[in-house]
Amino acid sequence: MTEGAPLTEVKTSVTVSVNGRSIEAAPGELVIEVAERAGHYVPRFCYHPRMEPVGMCRMCLVEVDGPRGPTLQPACYIKVNDGMSIITDSEKVKKAQDGVLEFLLANHPLDCPVCDKGGECPLQDQTLAHGSGETRFIEEKRHFVKPIEIGELVLLDRERCIQCARCTRFSAEVSGDTEIAFSGRGDLIEVAPSPTEPFDSTFSGNTVQICPVGALTAKPYRFTARPWDLEQVESTCTTCAVGCRVAVQSSGNRLTRLLGVDSEPVNHGWLCDKGRFTLDAIDGHEGDVDPLRASSRIRQPLVRENGTLREATWGEALSRAASILQDASSTPNGVGAIGGAALTNEGAFAWERFVRGVLSSDHLDAQYDDGLDGAFIQALPAATIDDAAHARVVVTLTGDIREELPVLFLRLRENFVQRKNSLIEFTFGPSALRSLATVSMPVRPGEAHVVAKALATSDGKVAKDSTVTDAQLDAARRLIGENGDGVVFIVGRPNMAESASVLETAIRTLAEAFPAATFLPALRRANVRGALDMGLGPRLRPGRGYDEKCEGRRTLEQLEAMRTGQQTAVLLLGGCLLGNVLDVEGATAALEAAKVVVVTGHGGKTLAYADVVLPAAVQHERHGTVTNIEGRVTNVTAKIVPPGSAWPDVAIAAELAEACGQSLGIDSVQLCAKVIEETTGYPALSIMNDVSDEGVVVGHAKERVERRPLDPMAFPGIRSTNTVGLGELTGALVSDSVHAGTTQTIATLDEVAAGRGVDVGHFDAYGLGLNISRRLYDHGIMMQGSPALANLVAKTTALLNHFDLDRLGLATGDEVQVNAPSGPISLPVAMNDDTPRGTLGVVFGGVDADGNDGATAKLYDPSVVITQLKLATT
Amino acid sequence: MSHLRSDLRQRAEEIVALYPRKRSAMLPLLHLAQEQDGYLTDEGIAEVAELTGTTPADVRGTASFYDMYHLEPVGKYVVGVCTNVACLLAGGIELLEHASETLGCAVGSTSDDGLFTLEETECLADCNIAPCVQVNHRYVRTTTPDAFDAMVDELKTGRRDHDIPSHGTLIRVRRSGGLRASKSDVASERSDAKAARDKREEEKK
Amino acid sequence: MAVLDAPRIVTARERFDDSYTFARYLETGGYAALRKALTMFPEDVAAEVDAASLLGRGGAGFPAGRKWSMLRKSPVSYLVVNGDESEPATFKDHYLVERDPHQLVEGVIIAAYALQVNQAFIYIRGEFALGLERVQQALNDAYEYGALGSKVFASDFSIDIVVHPGAGAYICGEETALIEGLEGKRGFPRIKPPFFPAVNGLYGEPTVVNNVETMSNLPWIISNGGAAFAALGGGRSAGTRLFALAGRVKNPGVYEIEMVKNTFRDLIYDPNLGGGIINDRTIKAFIPGGVSAPWFGPDLLDLSLGQDEVAEKGSMLGSGSVVVFDETSCVVRATWRITKFFSRESCGQCTPCREGSGWIERAMYRLEHGGGRMEDLDMLLDLCDNIAPGLTWPPQQTTICVLGSSIPSSVHSAISMFRDEFAQHVNDGGCPFD
Ligand SMILES: Cc1cc2nc3c(=O)[nH]c(=O)nc-3n(C[C@H](O)[C@H](O)[C@H](O)COP(=O)(O)O)c2cc1C
Ligand code: SF4
Ligand code: FES
Repeated sequence: MTEGAPLTEVKTSVTVSVNGRSIEAAPGELVIEVAERAGHYVPRFCYHPRMEPVGMCRMCLVEVDGPRGPTLQPACYIKVNDGMSIITDSEKVKKAQDGVLEFLLANHPLDCPVCDKGGECPLQDQTLAHGSGETRFIEEKRHFVKPIEIGELVLLDRERCIQCARCTRFSAEVSGDTEIAFSGRGDLIEVAPSPTEPFDSTFSGNTVQICPVGALTAKPYRFTARPWDLEQVESTCTTCAVGCRVAVQSSGNRLTRLLGVDSEPVNHGWLCDKGRFTLDAIDGHEGDVDPLRASSRIRQPLVRENGTLREATWGEALSRAASILQDASSTPNGVGAIGGAALTNEGAFAWERFVRGVLSSDHLDAQYDDGLDGAFIQALPAATIDDAAHARVVVTLTGDIREELPVLFLRLRENFVQRKNSLIEFTFGPSALRSLATVSMPVRPGEAHVVAKALATSDGKVAKDSTVTDAQLDAARRLIGENGDGVVFIVGRPNMAESASVLETAIRTLAEAFPAATFLPALRRANVRGALDMGLGPRLRPGRGYDEKCEGRRTLEQLEAMRTGQQTAVLLLGGCLLGNVLDVEGATAALEAAKVVVVTGHGGKTLAYADVVLPAAVQHERHGTVTNIEGRVTNVTAKIVPPGSAWPDVAIAAELAEACGQSLGIDSVQLCAKVIEETTGYPALSIMNDVSDEGVVVGHAKERVERRPLDPMAFPGIRSTNTVGLGELTGALVSDSVHAGTTQTIATLDEVAAGRGVDVGHFDAYGLGLNISRRLYDHGIMMQGSPALANLVAKTTALLNHFDLDRLGLATGDEVQVNAPSGPISLPVAMNDDTPRGTLGVVFGGVDADGNDGATAKLYDPSVVITQLKLATT
Repeated sequence: MSHLRSDLRQRAEEIVALYPRKRSAMLPLLHLAQEQDGYLTDEGIAEVAELTGTTPADVRGTASFYDMYHLEPVGKYVVGVCTNVACLLAGGIELLEHASETLGCAVGSTSDDGLFTLEETECLADCNIAPCVQVNHRYVRTTTPDAFDAMVDELKTGRRDHDIPSHGTLIRVRRSGGLRASKSDVASERSDAKAARDKREEEKK
Repeated sequence: MAVLDAPRIVTARERFDDSYTFARYLETGGYAALRKALTMFPEDVAAEVDAASLLGRGGAGFPAGRKWSMLRKSPVSYLVVNGDESEPATFKDHYLVERDPHQLVEGVIIAAYALQVNQAFIYIRGEFALGLERVQQALNDAYEYGALGSKVFASDFSIDIVVHPGAGAYICGEETALIEGLEGKRGFPRIKPPFFPAVNGLYGEPTVVNNVETMSNLPWIISNGGAAFAALGGGRSAGTRLFALAGRVKNPGVYEIEMVKNTFRDLIYDPNLGGGIINDRTIKAFIPGGVSAPWFGPDLLDLSLGQDEVAEKGSMLGSGSVVVFDETSCVVRATWRITKFFSRESCGQCTPCREGSGWIERAMYRLEHGGGRMEDLDMLLDLCDNIAPGLTWPPQQTTICVLGSSIPSSVHSAISMFRDEFAQHVNDGGCPFD
């Protein structure tokens, strides 16, 4: 033993030999990984680095020395141990592998020329690399009816299946919904859903992506392109705020496919189906030109003339917009901006500079009052996704994470299922994590802060009639521990019908009571964190700065000011205001009362009130950076050019400033990114320059995460990433007229929350508190623009606890009359025991039997902290 | 609402309680669901999924692994003729062909009157009386075409109802008795025994 | 001549029609062994079984005592009894569960006591509907009698036994697949290591899996002592054993005879046993231990019925089933049917087994039914070699479990022993026996 070495040494490394050469490995590492590191790639099919090995396909057989001499063992299953000798290149290994390949091909159809996977098929590749080229199999091949639909989005060609169990394992192990499973036995094994519950998992597309043959295909992608026509860039998905890394592929200027990239800190290669399959909303249907339809893209600037929108030149539209906004800004507080969560950081920065610098207004808000206060979020001690995925205890105070931030759900699930860590849920309504929760506390509208208070007080109790029990509180307290060490709170807005003050108060209470805990904000909309970090919100400055002096109106306050005539114009960053607020009536009145300039890529109902519409590039059409829920900044890369004469937001903001007679001093995205980084220290240009990268979490030291080499067996279809050159930077730096963000101050919770409180008022024991929660498949723009997903849009149903249903004498499927503020509404009811007693749950953006999406808004009373409803009994 | 009849539902819950984990009750529960419906209906599968904490796709996938579960309706009598090696040597294939003629249905299908489903089985472990024939998993020991036909007549006229329950019924004897000791009692019993044994080992040394 | 003077150990009650009833069992000394075992220390009960050198009767022939002693260091959580008997032409466990269920139950309680296990499962093949009923009835009787349940016979030992019905899958006889079945899953065998039941069995806990016949021997061993059992038989093969004799013999059936002291010839020809070939024809070949085993020709008829003796000649006693072919039996047809069995029963996980079994079956079908080519024979042997490299015995594996590596046994045996008969099929364009 060497001098000074500790007496008991934990072995952190073992030595094995691969084909005679020694290599170090971690104990427990798989032979297949070690051999690959040693430069000997072992062929494989069933093995997938993101799932537990099963050792089924037997393609990876290698010789491993054991007590009785070398034997053939599956490299994907065997873990190395010290002194192990591995042979991957002997005659015996080769014969065994060739044998397996021949067996795999025996029943495999010879339809490569018409197969979607042809050209990027692991089986095809293996065959070309190892196959003998001729078949000894002269028997009739196994026959199945050609592709069958196993879900809304996925087709299965059973003849092509090689029974690797990747898809079924994904379903059982990763997404946990087990909607598909092997059925049958022997060579009649097939993948099958239940006829009563088709394969409609939120994550079904992942099975298509990891299928090593063309057995599973995606309806939206089927036959749209051949692999060799595809070009690819790596980017970030901005359908929600998880920020999954994606390979964006197009054939010419048509987006064809999105594939999940194996990003270690974020998505592990997975995507949700909404992110993956809503490409049609971007370039799917050239025919749609009606700007009032959400499925239309805006291709040309539009101006209102004689009450209708007509196409205009950029010059005309810009000067109309400039004069509207400047006129309004000539009176104090006469103008404001709403939206911006769908922008890139650069776009958000440019608009922030425009509104604060050119229009001298602090009234800007990237959220529609359906999130949490931006300054408040920034003041919370931050957790990353990885932190949450490894935390000893996770506490959720948010909506259904699978519906709002789908891939975060997968990462969390892995924490509870594989690492057996604990989940404590504040349960407000349906939750896919519920079955994994150690403690699930049903919380009614307007009570989260009360429960939080009780939790934060050692032996605190809740009121007698509460839906939470003292035993639940005790159990939760025990898990959280004294100061919350190792605990991650995931906080969002579970209930859109409840004022943000309830959750904000609850969160603040918890943050103060458990100072060692960290927080992951579950704001769900695309680049909402980036927009806030760029200052698109009251009291926020670019570069995650806080400045209490620049307090401005939030969205609802702006709408109110428009209705009362104080604010005479609004700049809408994004075209979906009416699709995003609950008080549609109030918002409509506001839009009618004011002048409206809309910068948007998509059409929508809101445009009916627009005076000027400026067409903008949307995701996959623009370069820049975005920031996800954990504050990670990554790049987004344009793959296609925007339709018509749409521009990137940075250019629109810059030109609009010019039309107002000022200069933003930024005329390109790169320059904008450079300015952001130089003036605020917020990572931007450095991220754009490094396109295949996990980015950096703001406030964390940059840690280069080594990517494992791309394995086309594990991630078929993805090519190694192309680097997109950004070119030289030219042009002036920040002009004097528009000063960049002041030095950042990190606000404290005290400062941020000063003067804010909550008063829920009287809770009527016979009323039902309204909970409006989010669904992934809502009736939003991306869904409306993607016909393939139309059938998945959520249905508006009143969810009630069985206790309330019994009390009311109702059963699933019955209709109930609700006395809503705007008059009686009839809704179908369904039993849902995740919905606490005394709560009526509905989804936001659901549609009724006729496809109308208005019912939810009608239930909501915008004038109170929580909405209480009475049912009309018949 | 339970799809299983209330007595079967009660039995199902008893069965679940027998196992340390409820999924373990899968096979007996599927037998039970099949006993009620004759085959595994969507409703039966959904109820087994609920009882075992799994999903319908999972239950269906599991059931389809096992030959005795029927995912499609079958006749009142499922007739199995073995043609595996011992029976093959005794004319199993010929008897199967004969059975197909007598019952009026091809192997793997059901007769028009819905009375019989004919299956070619693997070895039924009764090879001394070959070829081996089972009806609803009861050995009927008819090795010749004539004996087979006579047996079919008996079935048709109901004369075998006492020893061949109608489709699906597997175990007619219900469990009675059980451990009836609490888990902790059993655990302490066991730890006492272990302590005693350790002491004995100690003494031996 | 066969040596038939050994005591009947597991078939002692054969002469009674009501051998399966509780009354008959008690009358013939039932549960005395359990009472005796309970007066002993558990480790002494296990030692007795070790002394008996009782080899497992499920196929692999591993000594039961050794299996247990390997485990007694760490507590065993579950005892699982394997009554899934589905190996073609094996029907001895069927006999035991139907004819003497109490003996099985008593054996299981004794084993549980020795292992200090409080929960046992008896997994019985679903097709044994009557057997399932009888075992359940025996359990009910035993509960009522106090031999089962809390405080067995007022001792400090409690045990619960649950009968678990199988549902028709040969592979669930393989112990890890059986455990999957007990966990309510598809019967996919698990990979060993790490899933040796002894370490990582039912619910991931240490589990002993033993065959029905192995268990049924225990009451006698405890009553008469391990030494008495070990005195029977010879070499490593102690005691008597049940042989299931099937095929072209006059008296097929289950015979309990002493190991080693008898030969295959005794079993097949002794008038008290097989009684010779039907119509006194000549024997062509026989399978010594289930269809997973390589075949023997008549030259090995005088081989002793002992585990090591058979292994030495390149096959196994396996599940104790002996299938006899005579001059009228078509080996091509038999081989085809056996490969069809494997193809139907392959669980489908491993490519070589799943695809190989189906391919071989289809090629064998062609050979039997007239579409065969001479080159098929070498191709078949090569496919077999790709499943079990080297075609040695015991086989090398490319698959998770040995079902896969058993597929080549019959094909390899038949082609190497009866190449002419295959040639005749090819040349005649069909089966010469039809
Ligand atoms: C394909 C396959 C099928 C088997 N079938 C049976 C069976 O039906 N019954 C049995 O007891 N053992 C069977 N076995 C052996 C078991 O895996 C296990 O070795 C045995 O149950 C252990 O019991 P024993 O030690 O008492 O023999 C089978 C093994 C394989 C590989
Ligand atoms: S060898 Fe065959 S039966 Fe055994 S695990 Fe593999 S596929 Fe299943
Ligand atoms: S068995 Fe190892 S990759 Fe399939």
